[in-house]
Amino acid sequence: MTFLIRLITQTVFSAIGQMMANKARAALTTLGIIIGVWAITAVIAAVTSLNTFVLKGFEEFGANRIELWGTIPPSQRRSRDDWQRVRLKVEDAEAIRKHAKSIEMVALTSNLRARIRAGEIEKAGVRVTCMEPQFLEIDRRVIKSGRPLAESDSTDELPVCLINDKAIDELRLNDGGVGEFLTINDRRFLIVGVIETKAMGPMFGGDDAQSEIMVPFAQVPKLQGRFYWIQAALRMKSGLDENDVKAEIRFILRKHRMLRPEEEDTFEMFVFESILRQMRGMATGMTMAAAVLVGISLLVGGVGIMNIMLVSVSERTREIGLRKAVGANPLVVLLQFLIEAVILCLMGGLLGLILGQLSVLGMQAGGRGNEALKALATAEIPPSAIVLSFGFSAAVGVIFGMWPAIKAARLDPIEALRHE
Amino acid sequence: MSIRVRELRKTYRMGAERVHALAGLDLTIEKGEFVAIMGSSGSGKSTLMNILGCLDKPTSGTYYLNDRPTHEMGAIELARVRNEEIGFVFQSFELLPRASAVKQVQLPLLYSRKRWLGTRRQARQTLERVGLGDRMSHKPNQLSGGQRQRVAIARALVNKPSIVLADEPTGNLDSVTSASILELFSELHEEGQTILMVTHEEDVAGTAERIVRLKDGRMFSDFPTTMDPIHRAYLGHEALSAAARAGVGATSGTGGPQPMEVE
Repeated sequence: MTFLIRLITQTVFSAIGQMMANKARAALTTLGIIIGVWAITAVIAAVTSLNTFVLKGFEEFGANRIELWGTIPPSQRRSRDDWQRVRLKVEDAEAIRKHAKSIEMVALTSNLRARIRAGEIEKAGVRVTCMEPQFLEIDRRVIKSGRPLAESDSTDELPVCLINDKAIDELRLNDGGVGEFLTINDRRFLIVGVIETKAMGPMFGGDDAQSEIMVPFAQVPKLQGRFYWIQAALRMKSGLDENDVKAEIRFILRKHRMLRPEEEDTFEMFVFESILRQMRGMATGMTMAAAVLVGISLLVGGVGIMNIMLVSVSERTREIGLRKAVGANPLVVLLQFLIEAVILCLMGGLLGLILGQLSVLGMQAGGRGNEALKALATAEIPPSAIVLSFGFSAAVGVIFGMWPAIKAARLDPIEALRHE
Repeated sequence: MSIRVRELRKTYRMGAERVHALAGLDLTIEKGEFVAIMGSSGSGKSTLMNILGCLDKPTSGTYYLNDRPTHEMGAIELARVRNEEIGFVFQSFELLPRASAVKQVQLPLLYSRKRWLGTRRQARQTLERVGLGDRMSHKPNQLSGGQRQRVAIARALVNKPSIVLADEPTGNLDSVTSASILELFSELHEEGQTILMVTHEEDVAGTAERIVRLKDGRMFSDFPTTMDPIHRAYLGHEALSAAARAGVGATSGTGGPQPMEVE
């Protein structure tokens, strides 16, 4: 064992010495490995960054979430009144609640931009959401103080609201909000709870958190004019096929809206899971394509290594003969040349990794400076990719160094010492 | 007993022909002997050296080295015997081009299972023994031919082998350097080292205490140097021509035949 360790360390040093003596040759030889590792680390870093960018967007939005809204088939669109006809109604939501087994929660919402006043401070264009109570849960909102909105707030048509941190700051509600009053389009509301400010996911308009106010759904007729819009947020049970879920909702809504078979749907749905799956598929596809390219470049790199090791074996035939004469057995010679090949490859891997890291730094800079490349801003080489690329480099060294090493090990010492 | 060879045969196939490089050789070399092996090319002396050095195996016959049957050993065992029992000195030195003298001498210790520690010190001591105490970190291209051969001899000695096999060790050296290398061999012999030296030069063979001559793969003669008829004849001839030279020198002053001079 000690013998082996000493032999390996000695061989590692002599291999590095060999490389130092032939720097240019070593660098050119390992070019394939360098490019391979460079490519795989850069691609993995980019894909990982894209992935987290997309996933983060969906996580902010809520997994297992379905958005539902009314729509008119394009052929029948004539006036704004038609849109009011297909608008979602409380009864639509009730039908889904009652009949859809795949749905856990349903909440109708209606958004508007309103003028808000608290004391002396007035702000226009603040986002107000009229919502059924379960929306908080579907949208994964966190109550920081006070209480959430309840069913009774709607049935009793109480003028109460929730407000987020950001709005508290902007309206300078210094006492923490709960118990204070504000006006929404000149109607007085009591603040009963404070919710955490939620940044929209980076995919949905970036990280800039907005002021937000939430009121019971029953306030819709008072706050909205004649033309307003209602959508529903649904949460499906996890582990279901989204196509089955969509089919069930479609069946229930068509029945509820008494659509005849020849009529088109008057509603539309968007299931986030399916997009997520597509994104994941895309990322996997990109990684696979990169892996194929990298495989090819490692193959070419490996052949380069094999070639240079064969040259090395024939250049150093006399040396091999001498080493055998002074007592190196075939296994030791095999090990020595194998280690040299592996070291060569690992050096290539290291250079590739350095270039990969430089590319990643470039990506990060690009992602920070350029809106279109934002998804790359969080690019970094994961530790697993580092291990992977060194593993691959070493494997290439062993696989492609084997033949030259066997050739060296099999040399007849007498012939080798006679070699010119 | 150091080397015991019986009925040693080595046959090569060259196309359809069979060449008998060794055709039944018997040889015994005791511990501490200094033997020169001589013979014309094709006499089988290289083949014998390769087999004695465990680089090659005989076609038939037995070779006991320190009572161990090397003819029965496999490649890994033979490598170990080469490492521990045999020190090679080659005509063309066979040093690693980029390694320092100490590294060259350390090389056999790298493959040795006997010694783990102090290989560098041991290499230095051996280099001092061959008179290269001030050349430890020199590389081959910074050394003269004689110094290179001394490094090679130190490498052969470093693992304290039972025999040193020298194949034409002075073949690439001038006569002055050759003399100093041969003197080193004599000293090592005095210290009890068993040495086998292949040569085709009578004066080199004269350093040894015993001369074995081969012919056509068989023993031709085996005498102590002082009793070897061919060597004696050679010495006699040398003495004669030396005397002749001296005689010519002595008479040249008193008007013997003068070299022609063109006026």
